[in-house]
Amino acid sequence: MSLMSTLARLEAVRSGRAQVVATVRHRHVSARPLVFVPLTTAGEAGAPLGALVGTERDAPRLLVVPQPRDRDLRFAFLTELADVVLPYIDSFAADVEPAERTETDPETGKRVKVEVELCADAPQLLVPSRAGIEFVRLLGRSMRFRRTAEQDPETPHPAPPHVPLLGRWLTHFGERARVPGSSLLQALTELLSRHWATGQSNLEDQHLGALLAWIDPPEGTRGAEEALRAELARGADGQLLHPPAGPATDPAFDNRLLAPAIERYDRARTRLAAAEDGLEADDRLGELTAAERDVRALVESRTRPTWDAVWHGLDLLRALPEGAHVADRWTRDRWSFTGHRDRVLAGEPPQPRLDDAVTAANKLATREREQARLDAQEALDDPLVMAGRRLAGEAFAGEVVEVVRAYSESRRPSPRPLVTVRTDDRPHLGERAKVYRSLGGRPQSAEFVEAVEENTGAAHENGADGEDVHGGTGAGAGLLVTVRVLDKMGRGREPEEGSVPEKGDRICFTLFEHEQRGGAKLPDPEDTPWTHGGPPGEAAATTAQRPDAVTEEDVL
Amino acid sequence: MTTVHDTADAAGGPAPAFDPGAEAARATDAILRDTLHGGHRGVVVDSPPGAGKSTLVVRAALELAAAGRPLMVIAQTNAQVDDLVVRLAEKNPDAAVGRLHSNDADPYDKALDELPGVRKSAKAGDLAGMDIVLSTAAKWAHVKGVEPWRHAIVDEAYQMRSDALLAVAGLFERALFVGDPGQLDPFAIVGAEQWAGLSYDPSASAVSTLLAHNPELPQHRLPVSWRLPASAAPLVSEAFYPYTPFRSGTGPGDRRLAFGVPSDGSGPDAVIDEAAHAGWGLLELPARHTPRTDPEAVAALAKVVRRLLDREGASVSERAAQPVPLTADRIAVGTAHRDQAAAVRAALAELGVTDVTVDTANRLQGREFDVTVVLHPLSGRPDATAFHLETGRLCVLASRHRHACIVVSRAGVPDLLDAHPSTEPVQLGVTVKFPDGWDAMMTTWDHLAAHRVRDAR
Repeated sequence: MSLMSTLARLEAVRSGRAQVVATVRHRHVSARPLVFVPLTTAGEAGAPLGALVGTERDAPRLLVVPQPRDRDLRFAFLTELADVVLPYIDSFAADVEPAERTETDPETGKRVKVEVELCADAPQLLVPSRAGIEFVRLLGRSMRFRRTAEQDPETPHPAPPHVPLLGRWLTHFGERARVPGSSLLQALTELLSRHWATGQSNLEDQHLGALLAWIDPPEGTRGAEEALRAELARGADGQLLHPPAGPATDPAFDNRLLAPAIERYDRARTRLAAAEDGLEADDRLGELTAAERDVRALVESRTRPTWDAVWHGLDLLRALPEGAHVADRWTRDRWSFTGHRDRVLAGEPPQPRLDDAVTAANKLATREREQARLDAQEALDDPLVMAGRRLAGEAFAGEVVEVVRAYSESRRPSPRPLVTVRTDDRPHLGERAKVYRSLGGRPQSAEFVEAVEENTGAAHENGADGEDVHGGTGAGAGLLVTVRVLDKMGRGREPEEGSVPEKGDRICFTLFEHEQRGGAKLPDPEDTPWTHGGPPGEAAATTAQRPDAVTEEDVL
Repeated sequence: MTTVHDTADAAGGPAPAFDPGAEAARATDAILRDTLHGGHRGVVVDSPPGAGKSTLVVRAALELAAAGRPLMVIAQTNAQVDDLVVRLAEKNPDAAVGRLHSNDADPYDKALDELPGVRKSAKAGDLAGMDIVLSTAAKWAHVKGVEPWRHAIVDEAYQMRSDALLAVAGLFERALFVGDPGQLDPFAIVGAEQWAGLSYDPSASAVSTLLAHNPELPQHRLPVSWRLPASAAPLVSEAFYPYTPFRSGTGPGDRRLAFGVPSDGSGPDAVIDEAAHAGWGLLELPARHTPRTDPEAVAALAKVVRRLLDREGASVSERAAQPVPLTADRIAVGTAHRDQAAAVRAALAELGVTDVTVDTANRLQGREFDVTVVLHPLSGRPDATAFHLETGRLCVLASRHRHACIVVSRAGVPDLLDAHPSTEPVQLGVTVKFPDGWDAMMTTWDHLAAHRVRDAR
């Protein structure tokens, strides 16, 4: 945890209210997100109990599995879910704009630009908490290898149409959520805690109700107390006043309310099956419907508060202005969405169970690059984030006090002006360290020359042995940092207008790069070297696509 | 616990007089035999700190080249590559050595320009036909469309990530992998739990992937540390290499450290005397929870360094007949975090000390000094995180010295360890690494406590 966020948390404790840790919104929030509030059944991983889902704040669709162990009912739930989610996804798939992408020409091996489609916007799935993201992943995993009767007439337990497709999409959303800065699938708790620091632990921040109580407590109350109430307060019936955001449910709810209701449903079903004539069946169907209605009411009572909390959180987030680089990152999400749309359309098989060596390495490289990009962009978009980086010695800001014309020692000298900045920051500058500043949105690089304590005049000249600069006792004393500007000054002998800072300008240099270089290209999977087990081979390719084997648990 | 004698037994009967030179030569010969004449595609060599890893790499490279087998050498940082180039040129000025470098400004050490046998280029094509071509793994990853080398040497292979090996493994047919398993593991800046347990987990070390897929490869280890003194090797071996013990190349009394100026009775002076005598010293400050850059601990570190220089130290070792003065360039300060290093540098500058290396464990890897002064990673902390408990971090800090190591710490480390048992989730399919950091911390602390000096202030 950085010093800045520790400070913010301490202030939150003292004031009883969450403190802002961002002045802009660093994540994309769609104008029409699909909110998904799922609940699971205790004791059986991945068995949905129900969900609220939809794009309309006032009209969520309630989906319930009255007997979560019944596979047919579960498939019915998943079919209903697919009926909501897939049309939502499709509504973004059709609206495209032309774009260019560089691809390797298979014939010449050269990099060429090709015209492709890019979806103008992408769907956004919002769940209440991080555990919800895991659940989306789990649902995706459980569905994408299923076969429908149409795909495979021999399959013993065919899945309803669309269910495997929903699995592939949820898998894609779940996988994309692992990319830093991506917004296709987001957890509200993560979104909120990116922008506000509370006086409770990160673990407690996973409770959406408590988090919201810190950020936006009701008039006249203290966030800290409201948060505690949201977490723990129970009514006379022993039930939590604020049900947890799920997907796990409260054991008191399971034991005292849910289990009896499901049992009544089971009994009603058995009685219906045992009905001897139509009249009796009609009666018992009525009992069954009533029992199902009870379970539905229970599920709704536990999801609706969370549903409302999610939209409340969205209101808070939407009130923040969007960061400058957010659109850029959302474009990457659109590419990701378009790419998966194309793979589905092209009839490609579902995502394999395990990544092969090359895919895994590529994903890791992408995510590390995106993490570095996110860190840099958030700092550039938000002075409060930059302040944290400055405090950590990774950036420095100040006023330009001197600019000296200088030139490179080549046959055709180019400008290499020396710029001295007076700063109160204490950057960790090593010998000839590269620093960067934003010049019209493009990074201009410079090289550290020397740093001098303003009062003492003690120089750290070009850090004789790569020494970091650090002004021990001189609290408040300015540091004069001189850097040599290296690029973005045009081709002429004199730098272009506005390309060199002027005396009196306030500028900010970072020690981290603003843009990320692409990594080296890895071999194709079929060229996996011997050190990594060689090519995955045919066997792996076929098992990856085979549906899951049917286990005992599948046919309880 | 395995003792050093077991290895001697395993190597063929009891060996009452351990001859480090002969042991090391035997190990090196076996490695070179497997590398030059063995039938396996890879050979793995584990090397404890200061066991002559670079010497082995240089020798293997020159012998392969002499046998008419051009090779590529993959190291992890530019400094490591440059160091190997210089050593190769020293050992054999006639060898045709190529230094493949990046397109950045100042891509290699200027010292290389003085070496006539060394050709430098940013294009692999320009270096075709050279006996030995060296570069970093990152640069090699960009080399495409060249005929694969028959041979490669991968240096610091335990610090190389599996995905980095994946990017370069297509460039060679067979390879010698050399590294120190006890140092810091490679890391990823994003979570990689998704692949934990896969044989090719991209965030794991290159060696673990290599051995998972090729378990039949011969594995050697170098049995003698030439750097660590007789006082340090047993502790470092027991704490960090419990199943692959090693010995020091020098015996007790072969290395001595003495000071011309007597102790002034202060804590720093007392701990210096203890370390000069025993090889280890622990300067313990009163227990307290502090920020990372604990001002009192930083001041104590600086004071110890100042006194080390003021007291006219001189070291006696097998390297020179006469005592050698202990100068600033032979002293290093090691910390866990960069801001701690920066604070120590500032404190040293105030005491007028320059030229003493102050850095984090990550950057001190592979370096060697006469005396090291270390800020204990758990000093003043309220908690013990995985980062601070990482075995490799403490191992690096405790194994950089030829004579003595002085640790500065707040009291209460054992209590902190007791309050924070290792709780990392168990990942299926992941080989458990021994020892775990918690255990190594306890072992080293128990030993250090015997050399404790309490700072009075």
